[in-house]
Amino acid sequence: MPKFSLHINGLQKEIDTEPDTPLLYVLRDYLELNGPKFGCGLSQCGACMVLIDGSAATSCMRPIASIGDSKITTLEGLASENGKLHAVQEAFNREQAAQCGYCLNGMVIASVGLLNSNPSPNDSEIKDALQLNLCRCSAHTRIIQAVKTASKNLSGK
Amino acid sequence: MIELSKTSRRKFLRNIGYISVGFPLLSSNLVVQEPEVVARVNFEGDLPGSMRNASKVNAWLHVLEDGRVMVFSGKVELGQGIRTAIRQVAAEELDLELDQVEVHLAETGVTPDEGYTAGSSSIPNSAMSVRYAAATARQKLLELASAKLNTAEEDLILYNGKVKSKKSNQALNFAEVLEGAQIDMEVTKPVPLKIKSGYRYVGKAIHRKDIEKMVRGEEVYIQDLRFPGMVHARVLRPAGYQSKLVKIDGSGLSTAISGIIKTVVNGSFVGVITEREYQAVKAEAYLRKHSEWTTSPSFPKQETLFAHLKSIAEKPQSIRNEGDITTIPNGKETFKASYAKPYLKHGSIGPACGIAMYDGEILHIWSHSQGIYPMRRAIAAMLKMELEKLHVIAVPGAGCFGHSTADDAAADAAILALSYPGKHIRVQWSRQDEHTWDPYGTAMIMELEASLDANGKIKTWKTDVWTDSHSIRPDNDPATLLDTRYLENPVQLKGRGYLGGGHRNADPYYNIPNMQVNAHFFNGPLRVSSLRSLGSYTTIFSIESFMDELAEKAGKDPLEFRLAHLEDARAIAVITKIQEMCSGEKLEEGEGIGYAFSRYKNTTAYATAAAKVSIDRASGTIKLLKMWAAVDVGEIINLDGIINQIEGGMLQAASWTLKEEVTFEDNKITSSDWRKYPVFRFSDIPEVEVAMIDRPNEAAEGGGEVSMPPTGAAIANAVYKASGKRVYNLPITAEKILG
Repeated sequence: MPKFSLHINGLQKEIDTEPDTPLLYVLRDYLELNGPKFGCGLSQCGACMVLIDGSAATSCMRPIASIGDSKITTLEGLASENGKLHAVQEAFNREQAAQCGYCLNGMVIASVGLLNSNPSPNDSEIKDALQLNLCRCSAHTRIIQAVKTASKNLSGK
Repeated sequence: MIELSKTSRRKFLRNIGYISVGFPLLSSNLVVQEPEVVARVNFEGDLPGSMRNASKVNAWLHVLEDGRVMVFSGKVELGQGIRTAIRQVAAEELDLELDQVEVHLAETGVTPDEGYTAGSSSIPNSAMSVRYAAATARQKLLELASAKLNTAEEDLILYNGKVKSKKSNQALNFAEVLEGAQIDMEVTKPVPLKIKSGYRYVGKAIHRKDIEKMVRGEEVYIQDLRFPGMVHARVLRPAGYQSKLVKIDGSGLSTAISGIIKTVVNGSFVGVITEREYQAVKAEAYLRKHSEWTTSPSFPKQETLFAHLKSIAEKPQSIRNEGDITTIPNGKETFKASYAKPYLKHGSIGPACGIAMYDGEILHIWSHSQGIYPMRRAIAAMLKMELEKLHVIAVPGAGCFGHSTADDAAADAAILALSYPGKHIRVQWSRQDEHTWDPYGTAMIMELEASLDANGKIKTWKTDVWTDSHSIRPDNDPATLLDTRYLENPVQLKGRGYLGGGHRNADPYYNIPNMQVNAHFFNGPLRVSSLRSLGSYTTIFSIESFMDELAEKAGKDPLEFRLAHLEDARAIAVITKIQEMCSGEKLEEGEGIGYAFSRYKNTTAYATAAAKVSIDRASGTIKLLKMWAAVDVGEIINLDGIINQIEGGMLQAASWTLKEEVTFEDNKITSSDWRKYPVFRFSDIPEVEVAMIDRPNEAAEGGGEVSMPPTGAAIANAVYKASGKRVYNLPITAEKILG
């Protein structure tokens, strides 16, 4: 079985798997990460999002063979080494921006991706950035508020 | 009499050991606080139904070795925050810090059997049972401490986990009071409850602890559980509801795909077990290609679905018949309208997952089912096993909104575990299976007829509702589980489940002297079961749309027209509150505001919803701009939790109203993914404003469903105001507005 070397959350990881294994399955099944979730396998819901070189992207249809040297960051890789949460994680907790929380991974990752490129988004820019991400419990208004809170806290630092 | 049993702390600790969704060790960051002894008042009302089979204190709570308290609830966490609400009521009655209470949710053999986590009943049943058990425990702890410390009860203070003497430095924690025993006494009335004005937690916006775990990506969901040696599986669902497996050729499977452990074929049940998860995905696709199935009969045509449903309905049943609906005032016409709602999906974001392990004696099952005790009965019957040989542990999944596919995934895993013992087998459903095998919320039809008297008040009212069952949940009938119908000796459903949900709220909550309600039950073409709020979403959509039509005929303002038919002060209060909330709202050209009211089940919580929409005259495009709700759930347990539920319920119902419809063609469900079954996305989300009317002295009602029924009608009424077009058939779309 081919061997792949991936850059994940600041570490280089070796994985033996078939080249068509999607990144999501590598992260969950081989590296035992919980952040990225299986939601559709069709890149339609955003539950599986990760940051690829700082931009939010779905991982469920992206074969491991296509990743190359890209730097992957998952939900687990957002907090600093001492455990301090990223401003976006902090804000989602503070705003209680979840019900079941299954979509939360994608919401947080997409929001970090947005703030990486646009530190002070308005409501419509936030909605655009989260358009792929489904939340069936419908905690949308709290999620928008959490992104605003995170944006404020990041710019205040 | 000493009512203590020397239990078995060891046994208890061993039970805890089963749970792999571990308990976090709680950091006790107790703030030093002045003990405040709050008065108690005797509760003499009815004890909740959940206490019927779990009437003793130790069914609901145990004191742990370190003096903290473990509370047991037979309910499961669905994202509604029940764990937090239960922690609040227990900490309140026992005067504990919140961190001193741990909550153990449903597990067979450990927690009470509370049936299903459904029907907005967790607060009135589970949380209230915990409240009465905790209050009884407090009384017992004081009594025992009084004897131990040789101090009169009135000279003791019970606070933050200690019983202290007011007169000396003597203090005991709860474990020291009980010396390893548990409180094995009946909860009997009167129960001395804390007076509500003295509450520290109940009614407050207490944050949930699990959201921090979620944002950190910690183990939260069944999908996150990993066991040593765990293997993966997928089940190849039949080609259609009534398809049978003709032949399957797995001979080339192991060559084509690596990691194949076993293919299990039992009748028309096909499962494949692999080492890695993605291997199972590929193996399922391979087996689909290499299998042959009989053709399932075609569904009726989508365009004529409602005529078909009427044609197959049974003779109507009389649900309510008061006065005489033929007493139509002289010279007055009757008004009629007919409404329809399509099949709707639960649409959970996380497809079902089940894990099972057969250790040679006991079959252990991990499931995100809404009712693990009833599901255990169904799986035991399906497998013809003794109930005691099944051990089921509830683990959260993604929000499910009713009876979805969780139980079916657990059944899949159970079947596979028996054929491959000694390993944890994790079955993951695909998005396509989740979308096409879901037991949907049924399609429904409502026909309404009413007349007005000379004063413009409703004189007669007639409801005819056409509906399938609203709950075919797993319980004693094993065919409630999908797999039972496809195994080698297939068994089909014996009954139709709970039909009553179909006419929930079909009788208006208004004062109407002559009222008749008839229910026409049908056994429809698609698999159905309970979807959040059951029939109420459709019955209230219809009734509240019709109320606006009648108000217009009577020449009255829609809300004033409703108020003229209500005497219940709490109903009036949620309507006048929404009037106040929307009073300053300005409307532009093409905009409208609509309202709707309901009391859920006509006996529980009250809600009025309002919606503001704008409609593009040329394209018919509807934009939902803002929604409001004024809600009264009686006593509020967690203010933040209830607002979250109300908002979420409104947005989900708005998505149903404007977007959703299960589609089918020939013998296939065609709405098989999120593109073919669109739901609300961020661009659809309006502003939302919720006002809660707190009534601490009224019974605490659940709030998970209350905002959904009035939301659909509020939107329909707003669309009418904005466009002059009334849409009777859901969903409300641009084509219907232009049509």
